[in-house]
Amino acid sequence: MILHAFFFYLFAAVTVASAFMVISARNPVHSVLFLILAFFNSAGLFLMLGAEFLALILIVVYVGAVAVLFLFVVMMLDVDFVELRQGFLQYLPIGALVGIILLIELLVVLGGWTISPDIIAAPTTPIPALAEMSNTEAIGAVLYTRYIFFFQIAGLVLLVAMIGAIVLTLRHKAYAKRQNISEQVGRDPNTAIEVRKVESGKGI
Amino acid sequence: MIDFWNTYGFPFILMVAESLLLLVVLLVIIAYVLYADRKIWAAVQIRRGPNVVGPWGLFQSFADLIKFVLKEPVIPAGANKGVFLLAPLLSVTLALATWAVVPVAHNWVIADINVGILYIFAISSLEVYGVVMGGWASNSKYAFLGALRSAAQMVSYEVSIGFVIVTVLMCAGTLNLSEIVEAQRTHGLATLLGVPWLAFLNWYWLPLFPMFVVFFISALAETNRPPFDLPEAESELVAGFMVEYGSAPYMMFMLGEYAAISLMCAMTTILFMGGWLPPLDFAPFTWVPGIVWFLIKALLVFFMFAMVKAMVPRYRYDQLMRLGWKVFLPLSLAMVFIVALVLMVMGWAPN
Repeated sequence: MILHAFFFYLFAAVTVASAFMVISARNPVHSVLFLILAFFNSAGLFLMLGAEFLALILIVVYVGAVAVLFLFVVMMLDVDFVELRQGFLQYLPIGALVGIILLIELLVVLGGWTISPDIIAAPTTPIPALAEMSNTEAIGAVLYTRYIFFFQIAGLVLLVAMIGAIVLTLRHKAYAKRQNISEQVGRDPNTAIEVRKVESGKGI
Repeated sequence: MIDFWNTYGFPFILMVAESLLLLVVLLVIIAYVLYADRKIWAAVQIRRGPNVVGPWGLFQSFADLIKFVLKEPVIPAGANKGVFLLAPLLSVTLALATWAVVPVAHNWVIADINVGILYIFAISSLEVYGVVMGGWASNSKYAFLGALRSAAQMVSYEVSIGFVIVTVLMCAGTLNLSEIVEAQRTHGLATLLGVPWLAFLNWYWLPLFPMFVVFFISALAETNRPPFDLPEAESELVAGFMVEYGSAPYMMFMLGEYAAISLMCAMTTILFMGGWLPPLDFAPFTWVPGIVWFLIKALLVFFMFAMVKAMVPRYRYDQLMRLGWKVFLPLSLAMVFIVALVLMVMGWAPN
């Protein structure tokens, strides 16, 4: 138990600290790197809950794919830090006001929120014991049976987003030259090369 | 106190000892894999290769190690120092960390976790950060271009590797690496044909042959091996993301690269070539310990890696991207559906 608590506080402290560094680091690339550290430690927290499947999926999806794109974009942006920090004091009062209102609203909402003890006692589907079924199997057993429609809808939403992104960015430029791979591969010496007899002093 | 010692102390010491043993053996093997790579490359080009240090140049890798360690590390003036030094460290640590879940023989594994294959997939998807951070922190155009190329390349080929792994998982019915190997022992083509002693027909390389090829080529791209070594293409980018690196940090990048390559060889062995199982299931072959079979198979895969490096010219970058997204992705996605359909219709699905 001591080790368990130790690792919990370690992961939690690093997560919170790196989340703070995400918003306070001066260099945006450092921010993204701290964000990755925060994701990684959250995966550690999942692991401590016994949810190893979720932990590793979090790393594969967020750290391995999403954060790479973040890093990609941030590295290519040429951010002028001096310009960014100009007018910071000018906007501070309004920004602080919005922040404080949001904080109060969150406190009111979360403070008045109580979870009925019956819900935890009686989940909609019983959670099998660890000895019976690993959590990968347990997730699969409910995700593809009971929640199949939600799963499909989530997939459709992603598909729509993907098609939307392609439609917004794909432009066929008339002047851009494109390769036709099958045409290139299908060329043979008979059609690609033309042998001409050149008479001396004349040229073609 | 004794209770504490029994629950935490002994297992911890045992685990550290096992890990150290694995690391030392792995590093020695990597040193000779590097040597073999250079020798094979030389042999194809009718050269001698490294042949000066020690008999037949056998100590060349260790001489290189000492040379790199003793050199002065130079950090460029415009570099982002922390990230610059963190990058090689990250790439070598991650590459070695994946070996914790690799079973090299029956029960010879440091952490036999339920989601072993996902762990390897997750950690190897992080390896791109070493390259990207190194390229960005160097503050050089060549290094940055190399890093961008590498990020795009590794993310693209990870997708098809993921689908290949999914097909194997559907056949094996487990995410545990040891169980994937054991699944190749009991059922497969040889059992179906009624010749169970031809064990090598049971392995997944034959029924999933297109996936085997896709995995092999994607593994080359994922580890930045030639013909896909565009992140460090010397004819275009000097040395890509490693331009500004020298001495020990450079050595760490190289070590990480070769650790990742040997991991990919081990993964090919486990997923498609039956891990530590003997190829023929009768007397003289079953006497050989599993670790020997595992090493032979992994080295065979590495030999193919080395021959590809020696024989195939480098891809152009747009062709590389086309291959990944327009050929491998549809192919592996289609195979996922076909394999699932066959398993379901024939009733071969495990569980």
